[in-house]
Amino acid sequence: MQDIKQFVESGQIARFPGGIHPPERKQPASEQPLRRVPYADELILPLRQHIGLSGQCTVRVGERVLKGQPLTDAALHQGLPLHAPTSGTVKAIEQRPMSHASGLPEQAIVITPDGEDKWRERQPRPDYQQRDKAELLDIIQAAGVAGLGGAGFPTSQKLAQQKPVSYLIINGVECEPYICADDRLMREHARDIVLGMRILAYITGTDKTLLAIEDNKPEAIDSMRVAIAEYDDIELRIVPTKYPSGGEKQLIQLLTGHEVPSKQLPIEMGIIMQNVGTAFAVKEAVIDDKPLIERVVTLTGECIEQPGNVWSPLGTPVDALLEYAGFKPEQQQRVIMGGPMMGFTLPITAVPVIKTTNCILVPSTRELPPPGDEMACIRCGACAEVCPATLQPQQLQWLAKAKDYPALEENNLFDCIECGACAFVCPSEIPLVHYYRQAKSQMRNQAREQAKAELAKKRFEARQARLEREKEERLERHRKAAEARKQMQQQQAQEASEQPSDNDGKSSAVAAAIARAKAKKAAQEDGSSTPAQPADAEPEQKSKKSAAVAAAIERAKAKKAAQQTARESDVEAESPATEQQRPAQDKSAAVAAAIARAKKKKQAREQQTSDDRASQSPDQEDKQ
Amino acid sequence: MSFKVAAAPHGHSQKKTNQVMAWVVFALIPGVIIQSYFFGWGVWFQILIAVTVAYLSESICVWARERSARQALRDNTALVTAVLLAISIPPLAPWWIIVIGTLFSIVVVKQVYGGMGQNIFNPAMAGYVLLLISFPVQMTHWLPAAPIAPYDLGLWQTLHTIIFEYTPTGYDVEQLRTTVDGMSMATPLDGVKTALDQGKILTEAYQQPMLGSLAGIGWQWLNLGFLLGGIILLQQRIIRWHIPVGFLAGLLVPSFLAHMFAPSIMPGPIFHALSGATMLGAFFIATDPVSAATSDRGRLLFGLLIGLLIWVIRTWGGYPDAVAFAVLLANLCVPIIDRYTRPTVYGHHSGAKHDAE
Repeated sequence: MQDIKQFVESGQIARFPGGIHPPERKQPASEQPLRRVPYADELILPLRQHIGLSGQCTVRVGERVLKGQPLTDAALHQGLPLHAPTSGTVKAIEQRPMSHASGLPEQAIVITPDGEDKWRERQPRPDYQQRDKAELLDIIQAAGVAGLGGAGFPTSQKLAQQKPVSYLIINGVECEPYICADDRLMREHARDIVLGMRILAYITGTDKTLLAIEDNKPEAIDSMRVAIAEYDDIELRIVPTKYPSGGEKQLIQLLTGHEVPSKQLPIEMGIIMQNVGTAFAVKEAVIDDKPLIERVVTLTGECIEQPGNVWSPLGTPVDALLEYAGFKPEQQQRVIMGGPMMGFTLPITAVPVIKTTNCILVPSTRELPPPGDEMACIRCGACAEVCPATLQPQQLQWLAKAKDYPALEENNLFDCIECGACAFVCPSEIPLVHYYRQAKSQMRNQAREQAKAELAKKRFEARQARLEREKEERLERHRKAAEARKQMQQQQAQEASEQPSDNDGKSSAVAAAIARAKAKKAAQEDGSSTPAQPADAEPEQKSKKSAAVAAAIERAKAKKAAQQTARESDVEAESPATEQQRPAQDKSAAVAAAIARAKKKKQAREQQTSDDRASQSPDQEDKQ
Repeated sequence: MSFKVAAAPHGHSQKKTNQVMAWVVFALIPGVIIQSYFFGWGVWFQILIAVTVAYLSESICVWARERSARQALRDNTALVTAVLLAISIPPLAPWWIIVIGTLFSIVVVKQVYGGMGQNIFNPAMAGYVLLLISFPVQMTHWLPAAPIAPYDLGLWQTLHTIIFEYTPTGYDVEQLRTTVDGMSMATPLDGVKTALDQGKILTEAYQQPMLGSLAGIGWQWLNLGFLLGGIILLQQRIIRWHIPVGFLAGLLVPSFLAHMFAPSIMPGPIFHALSGATMLGAFFIATDPVSAATSDRGRLLFGLLIGLLIWVIRTWGGYPDAVAFAVLLANLCVPIIDRYTRPTVYGHHSGAKHDAE
């Protein structure tokens, strides 16, 4: 911690290993001022926009909505609400293709704008400093603000960490080629961004904010420098241009000289990072009471006539944006959502802009030639040379192809940030990241399946133990009953021998003698070494005794096992002692017990599902 | 309208495997020209035969493995293997030598192990060692370099010798190596080694006719030619510096120290650097990425090991040169080198954990 402070105070910029310098190609788009695209005929708002749960729909088909009106209910603090980007009517709530590489349909709210663009009632709050931090977090959450730089993690959730924050880093690096949405925003809205930074600093309670910008954006640097001039606690850090210096982990390494420990979040180092776009959205949410209903999208590529950045309402279909910018598709056209390094191709363009859409790239095959045939890996190590995480991409590739998941785990596949630098330089044109993603998702599935199987096994074992216990208890009851019967018989025999009848003669006398001897022996069951034992009776006697001891041990064992399972799994409700004592005939008690058991089982099942949910969350963190 | 689907990243730096391999062949040109100047036309015929055999055998193997032969040949790896083997053997070696060597390199060492990228051993060097062990006479019959060679063979005479094992005028290779005074001329490495083994001191050994100003006549220039090619490869970022530097350090540092301690019997670093296949090995053979270690540190270590082995074998071994043996031995060590030179992944440095606590 002290080291980090020392490094940051010195104002140095560290370097991170690897990285590449692909052609930047930000030029034509970055020089055009921000434009506002007209509302499309319909706005498509998928319920799930980002990491986290999707909220519950709160509007009905045919309902009139006002601009900024919430359309969904945030599911607790895990999710974020959606808002109407403009006034209009809810046309449909139905399955629409997703803004995803698959283009698979997902539930979405479709709104037909009415052209009036009528706002709901708004309450601007210029006095944010008079408000409680918790209230501000609620405002940010209710405004649906998500991280606009990456995977769209709910901003309020990131800020709500109950840990001390020493540095707030505002990421204006925007290192991916072509994309210049943040660049443009910084040039034109520097003051608003700085206000957002102030709000974020206030909420996190940090007294130092670092604003990082790559040195290929001199205009943005100038305009931000002017905007932050009056604040002593904001420092501008200009980082050299290299991809992927805007990655969260890489930027932290650049600014602090330290790595984020594997499987930990920056907050553990006392660092929170937010994108400049997010800072802007926070300012609008808090001060202007404007929820996140639009964002800057870069429209670029050689197949567009008017490249530039636009304010796009969320839900605007990509084809509407492309039409607006003059799209001239060529043969084998690719439409990429995101940048050339990490973006994904869209199979269809009838998908909407969502909170995480920062760029629509329609390259010509001349500027971004499609990949050639994959050749065999020659272990040249070019990938390892550029990997910012110092992984061994070639090794991971072999292992991913061999589906050797334990070895992939050991080689730290999950520390891969999927920046694509390795695949960019691979001379054999192996789509490395593609293999890693596949392996990662298979490994996650496997872990999930394994957890499920583990639980099922536990449940099964608990049931087996219960059945076994019940069986033993039954046997024990039978044995006791038999013993009692025997004792009764012996008593009767004794009584009979005390009053010998003459009819039976000698044989009956002998029988009585044997019975007496047996009874005597039974009475002496504890004292084992009676010398005058009849030979024929001995084995029976011994086996009975050892059986009794065995049974006692068994009983104790069963009891212990039962207690243990009851403690461990909570699936078994009954303690063996009560069951043993309970008369079997008592029907009502048995019914009550059964109900209790069923309840416990249900509870256990609920707990299991919540466990499942919990076990999914690491993936989500991964994507941050 | 539906659009083309592709995996990220959507751009690519324009250097491909086949181009990398083509650069390796291109960078060999200065050395080959020097070799053909000092040792005759033979090297060109050897290259021609080797490349033909390599392409044919690779096509058949790939076809038998039900893969695209066109694609396999396009990657140029068979070309590199063939050329490297062809320039490693004596230029007048009979045609069946290079045919057997190339077949072994391509079919057994490369394709049997799964083709490009899968071989454990450097194909050219494995082929070379097979030939050296099986046909020691043919494989050690290097002619003296042109300035001291008793005969000057033309194009036709060279071809005749390679095909029929004697010149049109009836000399065989052994006779061609023999000088007027009846001595057969060894390579500089061999000559110095033999002299030292006979108990002579270094200054006596260096007085033999095949030794030039720096190392051997012809050989020193040949090595400088391959050094030039290596610099081209480094400058084009086809290879990285770790293996050649490790290689040369492993060979030259011990030879320098040994020369300091025993100047009369231990050849110095310059002799080692410019003799035999030193430069070819350092820049073209040890740098074969497929059979080398993968991490930077691993490659440095891999190169060091080769250099050291060469020096050890040259000094105390039974063979005058040792590049091929050293490379194969180091190939064997690659898995263990890779295992223990894995770089620390981001977020796994011990310092990183400590700071978080």
